[in-house]
Amino acid sequence: MTHDHHEHHHHEHGSELSEMQLRTRALESILLEKGYIEPAALDELVETYEKRIGPRNGAQVVAKAWADPEFRKWLFMDGTAAVGSLGFGGRSANHLVALENTPTVHNMVVCTLCSCYPWAVLGLPPLWYKSAPYRSRAVSDPRGVLRDFGIEMPKDTEIRIWDSTAELRYLVVPMRPEGTEGWSEEKLADLVTRDSMIGTGLAKRPEELK
Amino acid sequence: MNGVHDMGGMDGFGRVEVEQNEPAFHHEWEGRVMAMVRAMGANGGMNIDAQRFSRESLPPAVYLASSYYKKWFLALEQSMIDRDMIASDEIAAGHSLRQSPPLKRGTFSMDDVKRVMVRGSFGREPQAAAAFAIGDQVRTKNINPVTHTRLPRYARGHTGVIERINGCHVFPDSNAQGKGDNPQWLYTVVFSGRDLWGADTDPSLKVSIEAFEPYLERA
Repeated sequence: MTHDHHEHHHHEHGSELSEMQLRTRALESILLEKGYIEPAALDELVETYEKRIGPRNGAQVVAKAWADPEFRKWLFMDGTAAVGSLGFGGRSANHLVALENTPTVHNMVVCTLCSCYPWAVLGLPPLWYKSAPYRSRAVSDPRGVLRDFGIEMPKDTEIRIWDSTAELRYLVVPMRPEGTEGWSEEKLADLVTRDSMIGTGLAKRPEELK
Repeated sequence: MNGVHDMGGMDGFGRVEVEQNEPAFHHEWEGRVMAMVRAMGANGGMNIDAQRFSRESLPPAVYLASSYYKKWFLALEQSMIDRDMIASDEIAAGHSLRQSPPLKRGTFSMDDVKRVMVRGSFGREPQAAAAFAIGDQVRTKNINPVTHTRLPRYARGHTGVIERINGCHVFPDSNAQGKGDNPQWLYTVVFSGRDLWGADTDPSLKVSIEAFEPYLERA
């Protein structure tokens, strides 16, 4: 059996998974015994990401920007402060920039070098955001990437790509769908998808709500 | 470094595949790895730029073939070995076999969790006035450091326009090497897609990066 074949065999039977479980446990034991970490603190971190932080936070921000013109103005002027006022992210610790999608400009966010992402409002990035296909083509062929997401952008729409190469974190504010006049922020938030806040999707139309 | 992590503009990786209803973690160990990496940053084990550099330094074939959190794990393990915090015999044994150097901020404990959930601020007092103003034409330098940098290859040697000044921040290129904060002004610079990718490119495309002042010269 060649080495390559052997590797493949391992993958098929999922032993990379158990190998990683074992290696992770071993490392955690070592870090605990050295006094570097407390396992309960790791539990708390994991739980926070699993249960408390996610794209629902960002959806609230967007819904408020749709419904409240004053907040909208503030959000585009000082995203960090405006988002902080809703309890997400915490003031000076974040440099959050809100990007406005309009009929003529479509914004899309990527981190070509790694996986920078506005986790305070969107949670952990999805796998595709961290993947080679997205990171490679978002800056050079964004219309092609959007087609992978089922979106055909009009030719005359300007495509603005934001590569998060340093401290800024971007939140795209998608266009408010038609037919939502007078909706509450809570109901509007249901239209705001994670992908629409990265720029690889659009907000749902009212008829798409189940 | 000019590594495979610097992917902007590469071809051949195929289409973007989206997983519906993706969980935060696909396996329990992924959550533990994420938490250990955060913890070893918060307790002073290694700073975020050094952590990024350790992932970029994985062998290219390993980088491309490993899942996201496997990369995090491999880089964490290797950078702790490099810093004499752990040793390979301890990894083999699955236990600590000797005392290791204490860390700047001690044990990562429950009290630290809230602190790491607020993203660390890398803003610093300016050492000098900003060299560029909004609207200035700038050219990114053609630099090819073998160490960590946040100037992607596709954006080197191109002319763009300063569209935002973002204050002064820890300079990752220094911090990753343990050479201190060396704070630098950070700008958002916008390029036309055609300048980056050539005349065949969609004329409506604009790409912005965040660039530290040492990456830029007046155009």
